[in-house]
Amino acid sequence: MTHALNRLLGARDWLLADGATGTNLFNMGLSAGEPPELWNANHPDRIATLYRGAVEAGSDLFLTNSFGANASRLKLHAAQGRVRELNRLAAEIGREVAEKAGREVAVCGSMGPTGEIFAPMGTLTHALAVEMFHEQAEGLKEGGADVLWVETISAIEEFAAAAEAAALAGMDWCGTMSFDTAGRTMMGVTSAQLAALVETLPNPPLAFGANCGVGAADLMRTILGFTASGTERPIIAKGNAGIPKYYDGHIHYDGTPALMGDYACLARDAGATIIGGCCGTMPEHLRAMRAALETRPRGPRPTLEDVSARLGGFSSASDGTGDEGPARERRGRRRG
Amino acid sequence: MAEDDDIILSELDDEELVLQMHDDLYDGLRAEIEEGVNILIARGWTPYDVLTRALVAGMTIVGADFRDGILFVPEVLQAANAMKGGMAILKPLLVETGAPRMGKMVIGTVKGDIHDIGKNLVAMMMEGAGFEVVDLGINNPVENYLEAAAREEADIIGMSALLTTTMPYMKVVIDTLKDQGLRERYMILVGGAPLNEEFGRAIGADAYCRDAAIAVQTAKDMIARKHNQI
Repeated sequence: MTHALNRLLGARDWLLADGATGTNLFNMGLSAGEPPELWNANHPDRIATLYRGAVEAGSDLFLTNSFGANASRLKLHAAQGRVRELNRLAAEIGREVAEKAGREVAVCGSMGPTGEIFAPMGTLTHALAVEMFHEQAEGLKEGGADVLWVETISAIEEFAAAAEAAALAGMDWCGTMSFDTAGRTMMGVTSAQLAALVETLPNPPLAFGANCGVGAADLMRTILGFTASGTERPIIAKGNAGIPKYYDGHIHYDGTPALMGDYACLARDAGATIIGGCCGTMPEHLRAMRAALETRPRGPRPTLEDVSARLGGFSSASDGTGDEGPARERRGRRRG
Repeated sequence: MAEDDDIILSELDDEELVLQMHDDLYDGLRAEIEEGVNILIARGWTPYDVLTRALVAGMTIVGADFRDGILFVPEVLQAANAMKGGMAILKPLLVETGAPRMGKMVIGTVKGDIHDIGKNLVAMMMEGAGFEVVDLGINNPVENYLEAAAREEADIIGMSALLTTTMPYMKVVIDTLKDQGLRERYMILVGGAPLNEEFGRAIGADAYCRDAAIAVQTAKDMIARKHNQI
């Protein structure tokens, strides 16, 4: 398959992804509780402005406004019948912005989690998850997305279901998980486990990695975990612009553009190829990241000490990889 | 699992059985927990002792390991499910015997926020610790919290938010309680990925709880303090 993303990956040794979707849309007047995906139909001009913000700040790719546009999430707004339409529109608006960019820009069709827990503890089955992701993927494909971009996943089962949906839609895909719980995903997946998982899929992603999570430092530790696995696949780093702080009724992320510039170069030095931001990352952060990546020479792979010295401390002592993680002594009678 | 058959719960003495139940809770073995509860009741234990010494003590270990990054959500859900099996047997017996109540919590995600996994975990862990929980679900305006807390005579109001844009709504709820002179009636716990302690203080909550295990511990401490005051 030839599309903007694999042409870009073939031509360059790093790519700048985009920043936040939610943070930017809220600044444009999205109110809390309103699903952002409805704006693809109601305010396409604002969605185009969102995409252009990233492109004009130097992003080589951007994610479509379709994160929660699956049947399970849209059902909470009685809009489950609009999955195909809202995804198609998200990609169509993106296609138009990309075509006018004047350089190669990839339109990546965002697919976020269903928000459901898999059986037997929850109600989600593999077949149901595949069906929901596939419906979304067909809409994104119809609207002209270059690839699918599965993000903020925490369960292995959900990642695998999204992969299968990509195969059914006949599209290339990228996938990231969110490592926000003591260095693992909420469901306990480590960076090493994700690196191993992608190689077992019948249609592995073009690139895989981490997004969101805690702060930039934790995300960097996860990236180093991927590199330590020896993967040959391009690694994605999309970290939050610091940690949210509350001032006088408003929330601000404490990551400055300068810090995000440092983070972008550290991520590249750690082995990431596709580097971007997540929550709190605005166009001014992306500009600083682009400038830093273009002007600063590559450095040696950073150590964990380098990362915490430059970006701040980690949220937990270990990230669950290796043998140094905490464990409980068990009486083990049932274990024979 | 042939080795499972090696343990016959009814042949263990009380102390061994309780320790085994802690292990079985940890492993999320619902049928074994139900069996253990029935054995202890048959041996003349009070329902309250079974609840606190076998189940709540076992869930405390699960909570500690969740907090410390040893267990993750799937294991905790499994343990909570086993706990629920035991609770189903104990609940009517606890009411019958007039056992002391741990406390009652009303919980929900705030208006605008539809992310409920964290809230569900807290609800499950609170139930696991023996609290009564009234789950208001997602996207709750201030009226829902006030109405449910009054109706249920709740001790605790729990609010959850995943979005930085919805977390300020917690302050709306707290300010409304203050305006109506009801603030002191309830303990208010807040939680959610983007929150922190500073935020909890800034909006006037009683505590910010980083995760479900800490929510349970905080609730226990606060209820104990409240009892001591009376």
